[in-house]
Amino acid sequence: MTRERSAPEIHESLRKRPRWGETVIHGLLLVFAGLSIVTTLGIVLVLFSQALHFFARPEVSLARFLTESQWQPQIGHFGILVLINATLLTSLIAMVVALPTGLAIAIYLSEYASHRTRSILKPILEVLAGIPTVVYGYFALTFMTPLLQRLLGRDVVEVFNVASAGMVIGILILPLITSMAEDALSAVPYALREAAYGLGATRLETALKVVTPAAMSGLIAAFVVAISRAIGETMIVAIAAGAGPRNFKSWREALHHLALFNPFKGAETMTGHIVRISGGDISYESIDYDSLFAIGLTLFLITLLLNILSRRIVRRYREVY
Amino acid sequence: MMNTSSPYVIETQDLNVFYGDFHAVKNVQLRIEKHKITALIGPSGCGKSTVLRCFNRMNDFIPTARIQGRVLFHGKNIYDPDVDPVQVRRRIGMVFQKPNPFPKSIYDNVAWGAKINGFRGDLDQLVEESLRRAALWDEVKDKLDANGYSLSGGQQQRLCIARALAVKPEVILMDEPTSALDPIASLRIEELMVQLAEEYTIIVVTHNMQQAARVSDYTAFFTVDEHRTGYLEEFGPTPEIFTTPKSRITEDYITGRFG
Repeated sequence: MTRERSAPEIHESLRKRPRWGETVIHGLLLVFAGLSIVTTLGIVLVLFSQALHFFARPEVSLARFLTESQWQPQIGHFGILVLINATLLTSLIAMVVALPTGLAIAIYLSEYASHRTRSILKPILEVLAGIPTVVYGYFALTFMTPLLQRLLGRDVVEVFNVASAGMVIGILILPLITSMAEDALSAVPYALREAAYGLGATRLETALKVVTPAAMSGLIAAFVVAISRAIGETMIVAIAAGAGPRNFKSWREALHHLALFNPFKGAETMTGHIVRISGGDISYESIDYDSLFAIGLTLFLITLLLNILSRRIVRRYREVY
Repeated sequence: MMNTSSPYVIETQDLNVFYGDFHAVKNVQLRIEKHKITALIGPSGCGKSTVLRCFNRMNDFIPTARIQGRVLFHGKNIYDPDVDPVQVRRRIGMVFQKPNPFPKSIYDNVAWGAKINGFRGDLDQLVEESLRRAALWDEVKDKLDANGYSLSGGQQQRLCIARALAVKPEVILMDEPTSALDPIASLRIEELMVQLAEEYTIIVVTHNMQQAARVSDYTAFFTVDEHRTGYLEEFGPTPEIFTTPKSRITEDYITGRFG
């Protein structure tokens, strides 16, 4: 038997003890968390300050930056829209390829596939995600482009073109969109599926009218991550989309036969342009150098806008369960 | 041949259920009478929910589940290869343990099942009628656009009942419909079940023996054998099962001497 302890002894035993290990770990984790924020802020700061250099040049103005129909900083043309247009074209084509396919695969995996099928299919998709983008780039150039040329004719499809780059970006982001969408669908409680089945719904009705709407916020998140990835993709467009901005003397010319939007001609995207110009012997004081940061900033703002927009959409359409 | 004169809506013949190698339920013989409430009771793991889910083929969604024997619905075996399980579930509705409304408006919750079943008619009227029958109309008539999840647990469960009624089933299966609800909400559901039995045939799985005694006309008592396989120990009119059970095991369970 242990001796019964007195009240003061019990009070003493309750006294707060210092836990130095806990304090140190807490502090360290805080530093790491802070580091990621500081890094992000640093990047944004550099982007802004360098971009400011560009806009501070006498020959550059924001109005011309936003309205001109060609991008040739060396000879005084800074129309960012032609670069943005190329980026949006490749991204749009990529999403047209990846969104329906990815959603279909995700619905199949989460609602139809047996355990066995899923355990075979998912690793294959993950292999697709592990292929280096440079391989995808040459896949676009040496497989997709010849294929398009054979289907539509060499006079229609140029060697460097937006369509094959966009389609291959679509293949690149397919595993990403599929796995995120599948996660979102699988996270929908089984009880909701049971409810639908119990009312005499088929698997398809359940998948499309109950599970998909309930997973909408996750699906939109998948969509946004995927399109951000598509917008930021560099290697594929640098190799296959074209090595020069699709410039026009005027907007009138650009819109003639919708030449601006022709997917079978070459065009340089924002990322493609950055990587081509920044490689090699660019000098720090040149307008080309400064212009890169303006493009980078634009790219950043576009993805930021996309993120904000998607958050709004998610909040509006989410079905809370 | 369909036997329309039979008072039995559902009848099982030698029903056995397996999950993989596990024999979950054996040799169940049950007859469910029309417009009556039949309660399935018994200890955890006795297979009462499994049996309930055989009645509308919800076990189809469990990949390892396998069924032997027959489940006759108006004399037709619903496990025959020419039977569409989707059609079965339209005739035999279900209410689950935990209220599971869709994350949609109250109106859409009720209308959904009818819409996918190709309902042509006055949807507004159907929604109102179903909500009235589920004794929920007065509480929600001014907020039909509100999300189903904005309701209390008991209201959600009545919404799920309304949703099932809107498909116009003949039988309603209830899998422990009040186990997630407080006593007052539970009582409302029980009153509702008694009302609904005038027009529907109800089969309810419950852990609550007082509930079975209060609401049901017939009680089926399930228990497990030494291999943990569930079987039907006794089936009969509820007063008999609760006052003069034939089986000693039933009596022990009813009186709380189980185990």
